[in-house]
Amino acid sequence: MTSLLTFPKGGVHPPASKGLTENLAIEVMATPDELEIILGQHIGAPCTPTVAPKDAVQEGQVIGEVTKGLGVPLHAPVAGTIKSFGMSGHPMRVSAPSITIQTNKEAAPVQYSRCDWQKLAKEELLAKVHGAGIIGIGGAGFPSHVKLSPPPDNPVDTLILNGAECEPYITADHRQMLERAQEIVEGALVILKILGITKCFIGIENNKPDAIKTMTEAAAAVSTPEHTVVVQPLQVKYPQGSEKQLIQAITGRKVPGFALPSAVGVVVHNVSTARAIYDAVVLSKPLYEKVMTISGKGIKRPANLLVKVGTKVSDIVEYLGGVTPELAKIVMGGPMMGFAVSSLDIPVTKTTSSVLFLAEDEIDTTPHSQCIRCGWCLEACPMGLEPKEVGLYVEAGRPQDTGQFGVFECFECGCCAYVCPAKRPLVQFVRLAKMKAKR
Amino acid sequence: MDPALVKLALGGIALLGCIGLFFGIGLALAAHKFAVEANPLIEEVLESLAGAQCGGCGYPGCEGYAIAVVTNPEVPPNLCFPGKEKVAERVAQLTGKKMTAVEDMIALVRCSRKEGRVSHKHEYIGFASCTAANLGFGGPSSCNYSCIGLGECAESCPFDAIAMVDGFPVVNPDKCVACGTCVRACPKKVIELMSLKARVHVPCSTKDLGKNVRKVCEVGCISCQMCVKKCPAEAIAYTDGLITIDHPKCIAYGPECQEICVEKCPRNIMRKYEGRVAIARQADGLKMAS
Repeated sequence: MTSLLTFPKGGVHPPASKGLTENLAIEVMATPDELEIILGQHIGAPCTPTVAPKDAVQEGQVIGEVTKGLGVPLHAPVAGTIKSFGMSGHPMRVSAPSITIQTNKEAAPVQYSRCDWQKLAKEELLAKVHGAGIIGIGGAGFPSHVKLSPPPDNPVDTLILNGAECEPYITADHRQMLERAQEIVEGALVILKILGITKCFIGIENNKPDAIKTMTEAAAAVSTPEHTVVVQPLQVKYPQGSEKQLIQAITGRKVPGFALPSAVGVVVHNVSTARAIYDAVVLSKPLYEKVMTISGKGIKRPANLLVKVGTKVSDIVEYLGGVTPELAKIVMGGPMMGFAVSSLDIPVTKTTSSVLFLAEDEIDTTPHSQCIRCGWCLEACPMGLEPKEVGLYVEAGRPQDTGQFGVFECFECGCCAYVCPAKRPLVQFVRLAKMKAKR
Repeated sequence: MDPALVKLALGGIALLGCIGLFFGIGLALAAHKFAVEANPLIEEVLESLAGAQCGGCGYPGCEGYAIAVVTNPEVPPNLCFPGKEKVAERVAQLTGKKMTAVEDMIALVRCSRKEGRVSHKHEYIGFASCTAANLGFGGPSSCNYSCIGLGECAESCPFDAIAMVDGFPVVNPDKCVACGTCVRACPKKVIELMSLKARVHVPCSTKDLGKNVRKVCEVGCISCQMCVKKCPAEAIAYTDGLITIDHPKCIAYGPECQEICVEKCPRNIMRKYEGRVAIARQADGLKMAS
């Protein structure tokens, strides 16, 4: 086994808390009666509906397209009837336009069969990825076909699949690597063919030895002298799964500020996105299902669930037997980068990787106090920024002057706020600063 | 005294005097040679402005507006809100522009959170500013369009015209000059500038569906559009989920309609507006209630 790699600067070691769900197999959740599909699920222009209320739709049918600008189509996750267009809850935007579909329970699920993708040309493969609505489902939601067509002046030579899953609690990728290893690896081969390159690394944090073993076997089975797929165990350190940190850990290349990974010849995809690409290309199945982790002491039965996009959190809670009396906080996404919400009327999108129901003893409600200039946040910041200065400037009413501290390079990993002994909401300060500062 | 010391002191004074004279002449020559030609009119206009640096005119500070109004013939002379009619007249006179009417405006908080007994959907822990609270799932208020109440508007007001009374902003009509700083500061956009002559107003900013409004607020607008249908002047419109009133049209129509919109509103959120008196009364009521 190769030695454990990691990124050089900053990082923290939050308790992993993955024990609640890491040994639970992915469970298929029963489709609820109604789904609410948010129109803007990806980075870019939101979709425009291509259906009208009362229309009957089939599972996998296109229901929304992007007419102008960056984006991917949206598909119906179930067979049913379009009930209405309206607004749905959204963890970041609070409410967002959506399409409500009434599920037709009688309809038989669509069966997808393998196609001989090896014979397809690069353009056809890309069209399939775009047509299936594939976006970066690790969290960012960037349309994958764009990532797979890097600019010609930046030749790409390495593909990295991100299986670090460094956020505490979340085990969705971990379970997929255990249960769908062959599919992920075949997805990697598809990506390699599209990019016209031969080298793929799969980065997995060392706290998932079973996933490393399974993935190594699957990778060895497909590796040929022309195509090498290598599993690279990584040190357990948050944020190992951040794109720039992962690239530096595995290849040693440093992505310059504001640049894309293609600037250093690398393309990074999440392992679950690789599986979605496998579905899209090999099975011709659009992306409308999502493996997610429901965890925390606040839910009766923590689980790894395969749900349809558009399933509401309230339906998931009902399916898992409700919440416990200890529930104190609901977070969509991981505890480090997720968003606290106070409603269950929020539908799952392609990028929702988890919903955490945290009990009183899993959260910290201590009010924040003054900055004591201890400098811990400077040590923890993986980007080498000065979060404390940003916080002080925002508190002093000068958020517009924080550009000098590189606020736009911050990707809000939360390491600074995690280590801060004064419990200062440093990420919130940075987000405020980003709203007011000039680039 | 020691004559040597006196000599030293006199010598020092003479030397420093010479140096001072030398640099003084140098500076005077430089000032003359490199003088920047300033438009005296800009100076004059700048002096006539209110000088509050409120930014209500839309320019960066009073100087920005003074330069714009003198150099750009398109810029009207009535943009200095704190100065009101007097300043506008003076600016028009100085720049030779046609004096246009200055409408007496006031900031109006379009929210009735207190009256509607809007509850909190969560407890907010973090930096005490409205914009910051708004980042966390739209703020703690159950109504996503309501005033958050952490006083960012009051803090931003350059005229100290907004007071926070029990977590709700109250505009002081005697101090408010309608510069619009609070309108820009509010992350929920619940403050708008309205003519003091307006006859009716809707103190609610919700864009939500009626059934959702009913769940969270006792008085909020439910978008029934009764006012839109009943207005004989067609001055009320429903755009993007919000009732908007075309005040000039409404004022022009006159009291003949007897404010039928107010009468027909099932939520009593379309209200008569009686200018400063009403605002003052409303403020007193809030103070007493708290």
